[in-house]
Amino acid sequence: MGAVSRYFSAIGRTITTLGDGLAVTFSYLFRKPITIQYPDRLPRPLSQTLPERSRGILEVDLDICTGCSMCAKQCPIDCIDITVEKQEETKQRFITRFDIDIGKCMFCGLCAEACPSGAIRHSHEFEGSVTDARRLVLHFADRARPTAKPPKKGAEVKTAPRGAIVRPLLGQPDEPYRPPVKVALPAPPAKPASEQPAPAAGEGAAKESSDKKDDGGSK
Amino acid sequence: MHSIYQAIEQLSLGPWGRDILFALAVLVVAAAVFMVALTIAGVLVWVERRVAGRVQSRIGPNRVGPIGILQWLADGLKLFMKEDLIPECADRPLYRLAPYLLMVGVFGAFAAVPFGQALIAADLNVGILYILAVTSLSAVGILMSGWASNNKWSLLGGIRSAAQIVSYEVPAALGVLSVVLLAGTLQMNGTEMAPGIIRSQGGWPWQWYIFHNPFALVAFFVYFTAAVAEGNRTPFDLPEAESELVAGFNTEYSGMRFAGFFLAEFANVYLMSAVATTLFFGGWQVPGLTPAEMQSSPWLQLLGLAVFVAKAGVGCFVVVWIRWTFPRLRVDQLMGLCYRYLIPIGFACLLGNAAYLLLVPAGSLADNVVHWATAAFGLLVLALFFWRVGYHLRRSGERLDLDLLARGRRGPFEPRWQHRAWGAHRRQAAKEA
Repeated sequence: MGAVSRYFSAIGRTITTLGDGLAVTFSYLFRKPITIQYPDRLPRPLSQTLPERSRGILEVDLDICTGCSMCAKQCPIDCIDITVEKQEETKQRFITRFDIDIGKCMFCGLCAEACPSGAIRHSHEFEGSVTDARRLVLHFADRARPTAKPPKKGAEVKTAPRGAIVRPLLGQPDEPYRPPVKVALPAPPAKPASEQPAPAAGEGAAKESSDKKDDGGSK
Repeated sequence: MHSIYQAIEQLSLGPWGRDILFALAVLVVAAAVFMVALTIAGVLVWVERRVAGRVQSRIGPNRVGPIGILQWLADGLKLFMKEDLIPECADRPLYRLAPYLLMVGVFGAFAAVPFGQALIAADLNVGILYILAVTSLSAVGILMSGWASNNKWSLLGGIRSAAQIVSYEVPAALGVLSVVLLAGTLQMNGTEMAPGIIRSQGGWPWQWYIFHNPFALVAFFVYFTAAVAEGNRTPFDLPEAESELVAGFNTEYSGMRFAGFFLAEFANVYLMSAVATTLFFGGWQVPGLTPAEMQSSPWLQLLGLAVFVAKAGVGCFVVVWIRWTFPRLRVDQLMGLCYRYLIPIGFACLLGNAAYLLLVPAGSLADNVVHWATAAFGLLVLALFFWRVGYHLRRSGERLDLDLLARGRRGPFEPRWQHRAWGAHRRQAAKEA
């Protein structure tokens, strides 16, 4: 009798367990799907909802950048390219070039750690697809920017909200490639006429050095 | 359709003219049935993906057309554009032929599917036998594709499929035989004088053959299980087991031939549901109307079509739903289910039905009481099932979401909003705190 009762109890268990399994999956038809519809049916951009420490595309606030190039030295794959030029007359240093190749960047965050002022940091932006690979090099210095003084320890540094700098640089995916504008040092404040030719020579030297850098970067 | 053929018979065009016209009419009807079957198969692909989505807490395709209903057209177009590859060492003629055999096996059976009282391409007097016979052709197609691909996965899939289809033909036929016994005919629709399987049932659930007597109820489940297994659907999808055999017998196929396999599978889902509707659920019979009343009005005919499609649609939904619920059987479990359980139970149902017909006079009080009691039992099981669904919903602590197509706007999005879905866990934590 053992075998017979086992036979029928197997049928009974099959029916009840399969039925209950069907009830579980059927109940899922009346539950809200857990997925969200990316990218066009979000109430607000996904980059605003990422955790605080998530590492998105790098951005640089040149208003507080000291031009120390620590980030470029720390970068394990050399995707940061900085040119700092000194204006002979005023002895003021200017950042004329701050390029980050986000195609190479591996989002390790070493540059942001090394930065003394917090100028270079990870934004929360991650939607950086482009149709032209050359657009992956972001040019942050659109004009010569004077370097900032390193902040005092514990002092609060005023900076733009995260992502506000890099978002316009990323643009739309299908925008055409535009070569970067040549950044020239600003004209020094008016001086006696005898010193006028100097800035022209300075500008020429700056151009030369930046051309050299360009060659190195494009290789 | 029958009336078209009769009208041609009436015409006096000479023997040759009549034959040519008749052949043309048959071709047109065949093309129409093929197109309807293809469309049904395509829409079923969409239904399958949507149901799969909801079962897995996803939304599913919803971009092509309203609520994604044209997704199958986009997929078909994509497959049509793809290259039709034939492996180097494949048996080329067999390889090319196999998908067509499979498609003929499935789409050929649609000729005898009664979509409505008048909407049947050929109301054969051996209708259900024809369907059983023609669908067996798909086993040849699958075995052929498995052999001709010259691929180990394909061959294993083909062998498994042949073993499976040959085995499960028996319980499927036994389930069908129970109904044939009750109806006393193999014809689907029949006429007023010689009613077929559908006409001898009624519109109300207690007049359906599934609730004719307890044995018929069990026979339905035997037939349905065997039909799912014959269609290579999960949990019996061993021939195309993705995790073991890549894609089984159709591993090497691409482009339109692959689409052919795919459409045949989904057309087969509809076919098995339509046959179950015909045999067990009263087909196109509308509750409260007799077939004679329905014959008079084309609108009632359309109503009958809607009733049939709705019943078959529920069947298709169940097949899809089963697929996303149950895990796959092992080969020995598959054969054990067939030979140790379904075949003995199928024979018991056949004998039980025969004994019932002998002992209980048709139309007597006892007969009616059994119909009612079986229908009430079915209702009870259904109520129990929905009580369990409610139980699982309550236990999860989630709010009921009746936007089944997931079209509505969602609430404010929070980074950790998923965690709120685990309401039960949260309540538990609050209780413990």
